Amino acid sequence: MALDKSEVEKIAHLARIAINEDKIPEYASSLSSILGLVEQMQSTNTDDIEPMAHPLDATQRLRDDAVTESNQRDAYQKIAPATEDGLYLVPKVID
Amino acid sequence: MHNKTLVELSQQLASGALSSVELTQHFLDRIKLLDPQLNSFISTTDELALAQAKIADELRAAGSAGPLTGIPIAHKDIFCTKGVKTTAGSKMLDNFISPYDATVVEKLNAAGTITLGKTNMDEFAMGSSNETSFYGAVKNPWNTDYVPGGSSGGSAACVAARLAPAATGTDTGGSIRQPASLCGITGLKPTYGSISRWGMIAFASSLDQAGPMTQTAEDAALMMNAMSGFDSKDSTSINKEAPDYTSELNNSLEGLKVGLPKEFFKEGLDSGVQQVIETAIKDIEKLGATVKEISLSTTDLAVPAYYVIAPAEASSNLSRFDGVRYGYRCDNPANLEDLYKRSRGEGFGEEVQRRILIGAYALSAGFYDAYYIKAQKIRRLIKNDFDKAFADVDVIMGPTAPSAGFALGEKADDPISMYLSDIYTIAVNLAGLPAMSVPAGFTAGLPVGLQMIGSHFSEPRLLNIAHQFQQATDWHKKTPDAFTK
Amino acid sequence: MAWETVIGLEIHVQLSTQSKIFSGSATTFGAEPNTQASLVDLGMPGVLPVLNEDAIKKAITFGVAIDAKINQKSVFARKNYFYPDLPKGYQISQLDLPIVDIGHLDIALEDGTVKRIGVTRAHLEEDAGKSLHEDYHGMTGIDLNRAGTPLLEIVSEPDMRSAEEAIAYVKSVHALIQYLDISDGNMAEGSMRCDINISMRPKGQEEYGTRTETKNVNSFRFIEKAIRGEVIRQIDELEAGNKINQETRLYDSAKDETRSMRSKEEANDYRYFPDPDLLPVITTDEYIQNLRDNLPELPDQKIERFQKEYELKEYDARVLAASKQLADYFETVVATSGAKAKLAANWVTSELLGALNKAGKGIQDSPVSAELLGGMLKRIADNTISGKAGKIVFEGLLNGEGSADEIIKAKDLIQETDTGAIEALVDEVIANNPAQVEQFLAAEKDKRKKLIGFFVGQIMKASKGKANPQQVNQLLGQKLK
Repeated sequence: MALDKSEVEKIAHLARIAINEDKIPEYASSLSSILGLVEQMQSTNTDDIEPMAHPLDATQRLRDDAVTESNQRDAYQKIAPATEDGLYLVPKVID
Repeated sequence: MHNKTLVELSQQLASGALSSVELTQHFLDRIKLLDPQLNSFISTTDELALAQAKIADELRAAGSAGPLTGIPIAHKDIFCTKGVKTTAGSKMLDNFISPYDATVVEKLNAAGTITLGKTNMDEFAMGSSNETSFYGAVKNPWNTDYVPGGSSGGSAACVAARLAPAATGTDTGGSIRQPASLCGITGLKPTYGSISRWGMIAFASSLDQAGPMTQTAEDAALMMNAMSGFDSKDSTSINKEAPDYTSELNNSLEGLKVGLPKEFFKEGLDSGVQQVIETAIKDIEKLGATVKEISLSTTDLAVPAYYVIAPAEASSNLSRFDGVRYGYRCDNPANLEDLYKRSRGEGFGEEVQRRILIGAYALSAGFYDAYYIKAQKIRRLIKNDFDKAFADVDVIMGPTAPSAGFALGEKADDPISMYLSDIYTIAVNLAGLPAMSVPAGFTAGLPVGLQMIGSHFSEPRLLNIAHQFQQATDWHKKTPDAFTK
Repeated sequence: MAWETVIGLEIHVQLSTQSKIFSGSATTFGAEPNTQASLVDLGMPGVLPVLNEDAIKKAITFGVAIDAKINQKSVFARKNYFYPDLPKGYQISQLDLPIVDIGHLDIALEDGTVKRIGVTRAHLEEDAGKSLHEDYHGMTGIDLNRAGTPLLEIVSEPDMRSAEEAIAYVKSVHALIQYLDISDGNMAEGSMRCDINISMRPKGQEEYGTRTETKNVNSFRFIEKAIRGEVIRQIDELEAGNKINQETRLYDSAKDETRSMRSKEEANDYRYFPDPDLLPVITTDEYIQNLRDNLPELPDQKIERFQKEYELKEYDARVLAASKQLADYFETVVATSGAKAKLAANWVTSELLGALNKAGKGIQDSPVSAELLGGMLKRIADNTISGKAGKIVFEGLLNGEGSADEIIKAKDLIQETDTGAIEALVDEVIANNPAQVEQFLAAEKDKRKKLIGFFVGQIMKASKGKANPQQVNQLLGQKLK
């Protein structure tokens, strides 16, 4: 399983990571070798095996519907890159 | 006093031979003096530490001290600490002052420990050598040309160099055990769900587990008593009362059934390491255990399955780092997409990016079944394999890592060979099992760890075995020459 | 060519829990930006979700009300995409094993027929925050108060064939969620939003055409307009020999048209996978049965009861049961007035709804409370005022002039029931209108009924509406012989 340049670009876009053009071949090669490692799974028959998402056979605990949080906006926005009037600012969003 | 174990220091504090302020100052001074050789700390919290130590001394004077009151420790910089920079070893969080405490930090604070600082780590815990940290590599105190292991390399190195009596770590695929092995200390990765993940910056949620890194098993048991327990803020936290981890320490090992997986002792294992492990197993036998060969036939599948599951979860977990609400934001983003792409392109290091990309790929349309579902199925086979083994033996033993370590830079450009250094530890995370690495000897001047793997919730038994082994050996007492004084 | 419209709807309903689905933040509408955004809602490093039981309870309540299969093992998954109002870079939603599986809802059409609409599934998910597009120096502001509010996404089968059917379905869902008290259903505040899937196919063809999805339409009127507009657009395209692109569209209410959403051009790859921070939700038979046993009266049951208990016509019963608030209003009027239910039904459906319609208000904003209206009907029922005077009182109630009794007193509307006084008025009117009397007496018996109205009107006018019309009628009958 080898990834080419366009595939690397496609995943990098999906993951919203800017990669320098000159780094792409390096990424393509290391990602391909990781996929090669991962491919070793395919030789094992897993028919009728149920996928395991979680190491313990536990079930979701439910929380009572109660408001337990208070307004901490000032504290939380102290570490924000850009805010105004209590809002987080981002470059203009166009629908 | 830095060569004393946590238990010994606790006794000295209790007897009044030592105050927490003195002890804390001593370790802060040591860090200042010696850490430049190791780079094991990202930040130290001197003021906070001394303030905590003062309170600890007051508590003790008032007669309300516990065994950990006044004991200085270090936290892996993956645990959120309120008002203190919490970076996860990443440029992405270089400016992140956490607005809250992780449950682990909160619990240890409540038990009276002192926070000396935050330890260096592989970026977002992705690495086995501590070379992926934005803050530079950590060096192995036994040989500063060597890596300390990772991702909890800073925690391991600082405990080994006696810059802190104990430290917290996290283990997603071996990140406590492998650096513990490479630095010659004791590390415990508990059963998944034993310690709350709240406030622990996520790498791979279904694998991540916090644990103690200490000189001895007895110290680890004390740390576990403070760190573990149900947390309503973590849906995957085990909802039952935590045991007293010290309760079985002094039990005899008579009749203990030890399984040695033949797959752990085949090619790829360094012969020096193999020798150390075989000797250690003999010592365990002398303590009354019986040893038999077993098979974990899925051993070779663990690394491939892990490198689907862990990156898949990570790719999603790390999406929140987008330069909007906290953390690194690129300069002058041209538009929203540019903000995302450059903040993440500039804020994440290469290994982190690599894993995000692999994870996104494995989850993407058309590949999900072949990679993600396949890996989840393999995961079940691995768990079944362990279940079968534990029907027959009480504990599985073998090497923690295939070699006693490697030189800085040696594997930095070869991710696959780096990944394979976790070959003996990864399956344990996939199955959610508890496991320890215990100092068992040296090869070529570097420490070697013996790994002990137990069934779910068998930590008290594992700590018992490790403690009895440490009563019979003194590998855990060895300190690197440069850091003895 | 004759075309058939095929419509399927995805309705997002905000559940009326106190706290968010995965955090303890309040869900109150209209708070200052980001004051209801906790560590979890902000997607801070290291935070974890814990599921709100009430969200599960409300979702299952909806499920049992539409006779759906409940998945007793239900799983949450992450839907991964980047958007500034989505703090974690993924939305916690459900893909496989949604909490509510296949069910159905019956809708009543204008022609009196009932049609069954299939509900494919209803799953729980967290709402996103809001982007405020006012200009902050060329930037967009993000408010995450709404992020994490529980949503139930109700997905229908493509079973609707016209805008009317779609509206009837949306209204049924809207009524149902309010009956069940699982949502306030306030569409203006975004408590219920609709994604509309529309495709066309030649009549008689079984295979579906290519569909478009029009996102986030949030009023009945806009849903109707968006469907009509999109149907015309698609037919125009198809008749011009063009193909329909499978795409996401946005309804622009200002221009009354749908348009393609530019930013979502690329095919999304959401990379769904089970959320490792959450475990499977397991619900027991007992838990579900308990919710089933405690279901409140549902719209169809109420319509039936109104016909039986109050002897209303089906049409009136349907009008009154169309929303739980209206039905409750009606029953309060009946209870406080002691009047015949029919009288109450007439006043509520014609006078009250007429006035509300004119003012563009819903029953929840009615300026006249059910108690006030009931108080007035009580006075009609006990003959204190005439029905005609009632209209004057009702005007007063609408204008907030006080209670019925206060208005009656202030406007001196107490009905004249003194036979002597009424008789004098009757005599006076008869004496003053000899021509009309002659005409009346000359008329055929069956025409007389119409002609008598003139005298009643004159007498009522002379009494300023206070004479008891029954008494007037009776006296006129006696005297005009």
